[in-house]
Amino acid sequence: MNNILILPILVPLLSAALTILVRDNLPLQRRISLIGMLILFITSFFLAAQVLEHDYLVSYIGGWQAPYGIALVADLLAAIMILFAGLIGFSVVLYSLLSCWHEEFSAAFHPLIHFLLMGVCGAFLTGDIFNLYVCFEIILMASFALLTLEGRAEQTEGAVKYVVLNLLSSAIFLAGLGLLYAKTGTLNMADISLIAQQATVNDNAGPIRLAGLLFFISFSVKSAMFPFFFWLPASYHTPSVPVSALFAGLLTKVGVYALIRLYTLMMPGDILNNDLLLTMGVATMLIGVFGAASQMHIRRILSFHIISQIGYIAVGIAINTALSLAAAIFFIIHNMIAKSNLFLVGGIASQAVGSENLYKTGGMWKAWPQLGLIYLISAFALAGFPPLSGFIAKFSIVWAIAEAQLWWVMAAAIFTGLLTLYSMVKIWAELFWKDHPNPEWTFTDSRDNRRLIPVSFLALFAILLGVGGGPLFELCLRAGEQLTDPTHYIQAVLGEAR
Amino acid sequence: MEIVMSFVIGVCYASAIFLLLQKRLLQIIIGISLLGHATNLLIFVTSGLHGTTLPIIAKGAEILPATAVDPLPQALVLTAIVIGLALFGFSLALAYRCVAVLGHDDIDRITHTDSLDDTIALSKNNIS
Repeated sequence: MNNILILPILVPLLSAALTILVRDNLPLQRRISLIGMLILFITSFFLAAQVLEHDYLVSYIGGWQAPYGIALVADLLAAIMILFAGLIGFSVVLYSLLSCWHEEFSAAFHPLIHFLLMGVCGAFLTGDIFNLYVCFEIILMASFALLTLEGRAEQTEGAVKYVVLNLLSSAIFLAGLGLLYAKTGTLNMADISLIAQQATVNDNAGPIRLAGLLFFISFSVKSAMFPFFFWLPASYHTPSVPVSALFAGLLTKVGVYALIRLYTLMMPGDILNNDLLLTMGVATMLIGVFGAASQMHIRRILSFHIISQIGYIAVGIAINTALSLAAAIFFIIHNMIAKSNLFLVGGIASQAVGSENLYKTGGMWKAWPQLGLIYLISAFALAGFPPLSGFIAKFSIVWAIAEAQLWWVMAAAIFTGLLTLYSMVKIWAELFWKDHPNPEWTFTDSRDNRRLIPVSFLALFAILLGVGGGPLFELCLRAGEQLTDPTHYIQAVLGEAR
Repeated sequence: MEIVMSFVIGVCYASAIFLLLQKRLLQIIIGISLLGHATNLLIFVTSGLHGTTLPIIAKGAEILPATAVDPLPQALVLTAIVIGLALFGFSLALAYRCVAVLGHDDIDRITHTDSLDDTIALSKNNIS
């Protein structure tokens, strides 16, 4: 038994419960929330260290042996994802403590954030497909409430689209789950993998493939892939800034994580058509970046960029080599950090300038150059400039594409990178560089540099991952090798008996 | 029996999709709820409907009797029903909020978050 595996789920649960209990004392609640996130972050370090040592950690909840009981499994991918989810959670809570002192900020914010983190960590750790469904629902429920926390008109409108499409995807997931259980009689992912491989050998993988395709549609909705992305740009710009930063960093990544597990573990080989994922990935890249180019609102541009970046990751999964999977994992990490940070920086800037509409902003570089510098670092990291984190991420993806000799995909990837740069420069020019459109405008913000702590912290990571990204990429490569050969995972979960 | 149930599930899915394609939010929410119920029924049927006894090993026996039902799908359905109830409750509250804030629940008119100028117009006459 490895009891440390339960901690990333238990710690946010306890923090959520505690923050509910002290809801009448807002300063205390905020402190508890921050400490809870810090503990989660530290725990995830220990978990990662353990996984590095043992490769796989498995814990059977209630002592029921897999495949009958529910297993929690941590391989390198899960450990890396939890580590950076903890980092994002911590930075977002720190930001909310330093920047959002308004009365409108409800006492429900901190408990919901912790519930969301609990669902996210649970989804990363579980080795049971039904448990994954339950974790998805926890994430959904918390995100629904976070999205509509202030109950403004545009939040309600955004939430309608978000709620309806995500509930639809959950129903599809559940239907696939039922069909898969009917065919295989198991819910354990490792066991499903064995049965699916056996079925491919016997050439009767049809029913399993049907269930897999339902999963694929559902996870594509969750990760906002073309043509299922419509809920994302309609809703992500409506909640408060820390909430959209958290969503941008974590939610779609959970969908992508599920896609990785689907393609490498549950349906390995070519049971699900990899070319389909590849084509959808390329379409996602292009549509996302075109959408971003057409917008003039900070958080809408960034929302469309989430979609386009998901395309890169999907391409990495579809190529399905150790290198491409490592590149996809590195890309997820880089994207979590850079994207959340851009949302936070955009939040500080629009709070200071009074608008998120780029036609009505300007003059921020003269007014607050430190903020501009942090924006530049995150934006160029996202666009993929050396020596920042995005460069390694994009370079390794393109390298993997070149190894697979998919030249049209490579052309699309590089073109998308170029347009990403265009949008980032657009925000830069309109928000920071040009003069404010209203000549009588004066800068009234306090320019409190303490508010820059969480964003500088994340920007520092963007630099570190670029300059010193070697060790982390080695780690991703090891994770990629683990993913391409699921036999060790299966052995670790099911034991030597199977 | 499974054949009959398959048709029932199919009719449920068809009605759910019909409701999802309607214009009013309330109908869509009922459609989603029905979709969830159809899925629950699907999971319930997957274990087969031929079991007649409880899945408890009798005193002195070593294995389950062949007539025992598979309890797992029932446990799954139970979980899914509880989750579905919570989500249905939230959706109804959202629909109520939608009518309270926007004054209507017509899906065709809920388009303000898709274009820039409209959101600004919307947030000007904010009712919170």
